[in-house]
Amino acid sequence: MTATLVKEASPPAVNMADRRRRARRRGRIIALVFVLPALLLLGALVVYPVVFSVGRSFFDASGSRFVGGDNYTEMFRDPATLKAVRNSAIWVVVAPTLLTGLGLVLAVLVEKIRWATAFKLLLFMPMAVSFLAAGIIFRLAYDEDPDKGVLNAAVVGVHDAFEGTSSYPTARARDGRGLTKGADGSYRTTASASPGHTVGLGLVGVLPKDLPKDAKPAYAAAGQQAARDELRGVVYLDFTPGGGGKEGRVDRGESGLPEVKVEAARDGKTVASTTTAADGSFHFSGLDPGSYTVRLPASNFSPPYEGVSWLGPALVTPAIIGAYLWIWTGFAMVLIGAGLAALPRDALEAARMDGANEWQIFRRITVPLLAPVLTVVFVTLVINVMKVFDLVYIIAPGPVQEDATVLATQMWLVSFGGGNNQGLGSALGVLLLLLVVPAMVFNVRRFRRSQR
Amino acid sequence: MMRRRTTLLASCTTLALALGATACGGGPVAAGGGGKSLSGQTITVAGVWSGSEQKNFQKVLDAFTAKTGAKTQFVSTGDNVSTVVGSKIEGGNAPDVVMVPQVGVLQQFAKEGWLKPLSKTTEQSVDTNYASVWKKYGSVGDTLYGLYFKAAHKSTVWYSPDALDQAGVKPPTTYDAMLKAGHTVSDSGLAAFSVAGQDGWTLTDWFENIYLSQAGPEKYDALAAHQLKWTDPTVVEALTTLGKLFKDKQLMAGGQKGALNTDFPGSVEKVFGPKPEAGMVYEGDFVAGVAKDQFGKKIGQDANFFPFPAVDGGKAPVVSGGDAAVVLKDGKNQKAAMTFLEYLATPEAAAVWAGAGGFLSPNKKLDLASYSDDIARETAKSLVAAGDSVRFDMSDQAPAAFGGTKGAGEWKILQDFLRDPSNPKATAAELEKAAAKAYQG
Repeated sequence: MTATLVKEASPPAVNMADRRRRARRRGRIIALVFVLPALLLLGALVVYPVVFSVGRSFFDASGSRFVGGDNYTEMFRDPATLKAVRNSAIWVVVAPTLLTGLGLVLAVLVEKIRWATAFKLLLFMPMAVSFLAAGIIFRLAYDEDPDKGVLNAAVVGVHDAFEGTSSYPTARARDGRGLTKGADGSYRTTASASPGHTVGLGLVGVLPKDLPKDAKPAYAAAGQQAARDELRGVVYLDFTPGGGGKEGRVDRGESGLPEVKVEAARDGKTVASTTTAADGSFHFSGLDPGSYTVRLPASNFSPPYEGVSWLGPALVTPAIIGAYLWIWTGFAMVLIGAGLAALPRDALEAARMDGANEWQIFRRITVPLLAPVLTVVFVTLVINVMKVFDLVYIIAPGPVQEDATVLATQMWLVSFGGGNNQGLGSALGVLLLLLVVPAMVFNVRRFRRSQR
Repeated sequence: MMRRRTTLLASCTTLALALGATACGGGPVAAGGGGKSLSGQTITVAGVWSGSEQKNFQKVLDAFTAKTGAKTQFVSTGDNVSTVVGSKIEGGNAPDVVMVPQVGVLQQFAKEGWLKPLSKTTEQSVDTNYASVWKKYGSVGDTLYGLYFKAAHKSTVWYSPDALDQAGVKPPTTYDAMLKAGHTVSDSGLAAFSVAGQDGWTLTDWFENIYLSQAGPEKYDALAAHQLKWTDPTVVEALTTLGKLFKDKQLMAGGQKGALNTDFPGSVEKVFGPKPEAGMVYEGDFVAGVAKDQFGKKIGQDANFFPFPAVDGGKAPVVSGGDAAVVLKDGKNQKAAMTFLEYLATPEAAAVWAGAGGFLSPNKKLDLASYSDDIARETAKSLVAAGDSVRFDMSDQAPAAFGGTKGAGEWKILQDFLRDPSNPKATAAELEKAAAKAYQG
């Protein structure tokens, strides 16, 4: 807005300066007439609201009591505002830098490929998507459930391709039924067993439909007698469908758990290991006499990999910045690309003749010559990032809203989103204004310089 | 054309039904003194309803038209009733009747001086047809401004009968029994509850049910009005009770992290969706609507409910809410509007919507047979039977900054509590801090 004002006001002033006196006065009046509508509009739409907000920020929530600087002190006492200031700082530093960098790299690369226009068009397309729609898209893409969020689906898919999954991720033992849980998620028998004994290892928490197809009832296996040098046992599902089973005992109809890894340990060392059969039974034969602990290693129960919680408190701001990049990369690229097209070709060619390689040309010639354009893109983006609102508001889920908040969302939340304290909201608005002003002044200065 | 004909047919049927109900019921019908006394007049009714709710309310309006001859017009306000109505009043285009969805809004309207006290006839109907608590929630001071036409029942725990059968448990009647049943369900392989932690309001509803049953209605009212501080031991106790559920990984689908990533429709999906992960989900009667419309479940067969169980020997809670009809002073047809409210207070009007479904009436004279399905009948019965022990949703009564803002106030604090339920006392202190700020503003 300020930039427009300067543009419209200064050329007439500059031109009038070297006219004759009489004409000068007339000219001034005409200039005033031309400028007046713009001044009026700017006054009504920019200056008045700013002044009003500044004034409003000195009053309390109802707007009737003057509280001086209380809103400002309150603002910096509130942890939510501090977090907003911190997040806004991250945004302002990270987003424009990444965008300008990405835009530059893409613009330089795109110049050299054949389908440049199509590629540019593709990258520019997200600019046509509204922030609201983009927010909804990314909220879904970032969803933690791999069945919904495409990013986590990819992450989990890659992970599972390398690691594989365990057979009973949900299974667990009941407390106080003969099995003790280890720190790593494994289970071992509380009492020790010696060859010639049969142990029952009851687990729960497996849905009947999640059992392997070949699983058989464990009742018969549980009743088998162990030979003298043999340690027998059965791993079974200690739950009778429909209820009625007795805890800690193999009831009829309770299923064995096949394919469970079982280890026999003596003095903390694993001496034998095996896997259970279809009815859940296992046996270690040829054991030396003595007492053993039977273990079910953690690998049986390792929970499925859940992917990355993109929208958790730690990653939510980077995730939203990612969505922002998706939208704005095309813009940065096209602007820098235009600057690139206007570069003097002879400088580049001279460098090539002198034997500079592409990297040197990029570092020593392209970037310095492009500096003015890069600055414009950077500063424009800084101003834009300051007011980012919709993406943050839409992508951040309720519980992490506060972890993702930036000044603009905080201002809205405090003034209208339930807080209804427009005094405090105005104070936040003034803070935001103060932070944007340096960038504005910088831009205006640059415009002036380039006009001279 | 086809469509219009069906609507016409539908409204004719309802009309016939309504007339039939009057004829059979023979109750005291005060509306309009019979005949087409109001023909030529038009009343405008504003409310938050849209979609099927608006369609069903239209049937009530049509029945009124048929009875009195007054034309009616419904204006949907969207979520923010107070803003819309406020601007309409300022613009000189006030609706005659507004259906306000929250007690707080009703009180705000009354304080602004926008409301007209209801007529003697309506007040008499409210006295005889409603439990007195509904009159209380419709009044500001001693003046009755609002008539509760549609109610919600927010003390229903919905379950999948298959899951409970599989685990061999019966619907419990105490909170501890519910947690115990939950453990058995969890042993069977399904998580017991799906909790919608991503939506803060579901957590406030959990808390309110426990608090109402454990601390009793008097304490509940005091806390709702913030006469009682949130640091009160009863609050800490209720949070501890809630924490028993929250801290138990076996009881909640996905544990705390999973709950915080589940929104309300998602929580219903986890029980009634194609891939069930949990056996029970707590929320209001509207769960049935989601289960039926989105997941094609047959209510009463594939999805059933039990009343929110009593906590620590208290009475089983009935937390409720509702839409109250009010008459605006600036409306153009106040006499017709008053007649309309007199009509809404009759069981006859309630029967029209009850037959269409998706509706509960606090009117105790309404014949339960009017409801279209058994589950609605059960919830309505429980609501009416609770009589004066019904309490309104506490967070709806609180200032929005505390009880109704995403990512702030009670919502946010209870979400933090769900993430880490280890210190109820600190949570209570946080709640008090936020409440003190919101109530004073």
